[in-house]
Amino acid sequence: MTKEQTRVVVGMSGGVDSSVSALLLKEQGYDVIGVFMKNWDDTDETGFCTATEDYEDVIAVCEQIGIPYYSVNFEKEYWDNVFEYFLDEYRKGRTPNPDVMCNKEIKFKAFLDYALQLDADYVAMGHYAQVERRENGVAMLRGADHNKDQTYFLNQLTQEQLERTMFPLGHLQKSEVRAIAERAGLATAKKKDSTGICFIGERNFKDFLGEYLPSQPGEMQTLDGEVMGTHDGLMYYTLGQRHGLGIGGAGEPWFAIGKKLDENVLLVGQGFHHEALYSHELHAVDVNWMTPRELPDTFTCTAKFRYRQPDTGVTVTRDGDRAVVVFDEPVRAITPGQAVVFYDGDECLGGGTIDTVWKDGQPLDYVG
Amino acid sequence: MYLDYAATTPMSQQAIESYARAASDVIGNASSIHGDGRKARATVNKARRTVARAIGAPANDVLFTSGGTESNNFLLRGLAKANVSRGRHLVTTAIEHASVLETFRRLEREGFHVTYVAPNEEGVVAVEAIEQVLTEETTLVSVMYGNNEVGTKQPIEAIGELLRKRDVLFHTDAVQALSVETLDVDALSVDAMSLSGHKIGGPKGIGVAYVRSGVAIEPFQVGGNQERKRRGGTENVPAIAALGTAVEQNEATKASRVATYETYRTIMLETFEREGISFSVNGTDALAHIVNVSFEGVDVETLLVRLDMERISVSSGSACTAGTVEPSHVLVAMYGEADERTRNSVRISFGEQLTEAGVAQAAATIARVVLRMNEKREGSL
Repeated sequence: MTKEQTRVVVGMSGGVDSSVSALLLKEQGYDVIGVFMKNWDDTDETGFCTATEDYEDVIAVCEQIGIPYYSVNFEKEYWDNVFEYFLDEYRKGRTPNPDVMCNKEIKFKAFLDYALQLDADYVAMGHYAQVERRENGVAMLRGADHNKDQTYFLNQLTQEQLERTMFPLGHLQKSEVRAIAERAGLATAKKKDSTGICFIGERNFKDFLGEYLPSQPGEMQTLDGEVMGTHDGLMYYTLGQRHGLGIGGAGEPWFAIGKKLDENVLLVGQGFHHEALYSHELHAVDVNWMTPRELPDTFTCTAKFRYRQPDTGVTVTRDGDRAVVVFDEPVRAITPGQAVVFYDGDECLGGGTIDTVWKDGQPLDYVG
Repeated sequence: MYLDYAATTPMSQQAIESYARAASDVIGNASSIHGDGRKARATVNKARRTVARAIGAPANDVLFTSGGTESNNFLLRGLAKANVSRGRHLVTTAIEHASVLETFRRLEREGFHVTYVAPNEEGVVAVEAIEQVLTEETTLVSVMYGNNEVGTKQPIEAIGELLRKRDVLFHTDAVQALSVETLDVDALSVDAMSLSGHKIGGPKGIGVAYVRSGVAIEPFQVGGNQERKRRGGTENVPAIAALGTAVEQNEATKASRVATYETYRTIMLETFEREGISFSVNGTDALAHIVNVSFEGVDVETLLVRLDMERISVSSGSACTAGTVEPSHVLVAMYGEADERTRNSVRISFGEQLTEAGVAQAAATIARVVLRMNEKREGSL
């Protein structure tokens, strides 16, 4: 099949990354179609809607590149499969990762299905990640720009999805992407990168969450039970967090180190390196192994527990879609609900959701 | 293949020539007293007489606006406001064009009470349904002549007769109907009517507001004495000239076009049947150029894109935010929100530039795409 006959549907967000992805594919000669996903409606009383503004940018870029463009509505799918999950995790006192879920349920599921209905051969996204098509399947590698690498958020992708996926920016540095956009005069060349979670946008996270979940103020206590003040609601705090506690006094700053969900107590401790923040092991659920390689039941590799954190050496023992992950060194502020993602060199092997955190062979019951 | 004539039509060659001629030869402002002004005024008035003749109205009752949307805004607002001393109750239907519905919603915010009468499953609002909601306070009723999405014709003549007896003003949005229906404001007993140029081979940006003489109406756009002070603004002479030409042609070819469109409709539906597609037609007694088809099990958003890839232009519902498609409020009013026909229907509409062979080919392509989508969907289960 020639490139002219290969149809690629590009997921376009109105940002510079997906704009350049579409441009590069078009320049390479593919049959490129741009599609905007409308996943969230934030239309305000003046009629302003972020999605409308973003779609205008998609239109401008597609007109410049000379490709057809469409829009597809996944508001319902997003609400049911990403947003409900997001709220549910917070209700459980955990810190969810909606971007992982968005990739799994929307971009590489609802959107991929839609693209296949349009007889697409591939979908393309502006993620900083690479696919390497090998004899035995497709491997996903970190983006060449390690600072921008987004494989952490793509850990739930399967072989079937990777087979249909292109990441046209994977081999580029972000600065090169900007330069390409500027050289081509794309309307989005100077557009600021979006920050944070798409449905919250530039809004205050605390205000947003408070609109959807009841916040129940409660006590802040040390591990010894000393009351240090009140918190605004457990959902507003993430393990290892310093800001927003408002505990003054002498000595080192205070940090959130745990939650007692049934008592609505936020546990706090003094010092960034408070020993209660450190653990040796985690148990993961919903583990997905995307690598085309056969993996032994137990092996060593590296892992990330948060986005943009350096890798840590780990030993993994697999058990179906669960895994026990033992760290080479104690790790600070492992947070249930976040993703654990495994790597061998540049290859992303897969990942899962952090369920429990262990220390000295015991689960930490205060880590919610 | 363009099958979206209900959205807009290409300008006819004669209308383009008429436009170009007026744009190059008529340099004056129709309000000026000199010869160039008189020439402009003569051009405008010639078109005014043509339009008036087409709808059986005196020329003085025909005003030019920027299009159907402005006509609806101006007429409904102007009539409601000018007659407020007689009452604040207004009546319309749930299947009107957005420019009618939004105008009524604005009037509601300004203290009017509006009743939105629902259609039956066939997309028709019965005269009895209108009669039931009339009160002593009702001053104005607006019912479209033919629906822009499903094409269904409303019993305008019967409603007009009723309202004439009840001394209630009657407006009809005949933007879609003009192409294929014979409109006579007296026979229909309407006091006001909206028309548009670009649905009949005229230019975009020009429309008509008919107001029966003697009916009080507040101006909408002020700032000049044009259109007998009811619509300020320098006349768009070339567009008005071209509109006149388009109306003239439209009237001359109407009967034969209606017959042709009926043939196209038959070709379409027979093709779908022959190919074994599960489909149904939304609405009965439709304007000849519109056929709205529900394809069982098909997602309309995907279907529109797939047809576009085959270079077939049809449409569905109304554009929502960020380019996505919202279920048609007309189909929702007919069937209720839960009905899947609100999410699997497309509007196919015909026009002058089509040929039987072209329509047959397009029908075959639509059938092929729908069948392929059904296959894919079954494959993915």
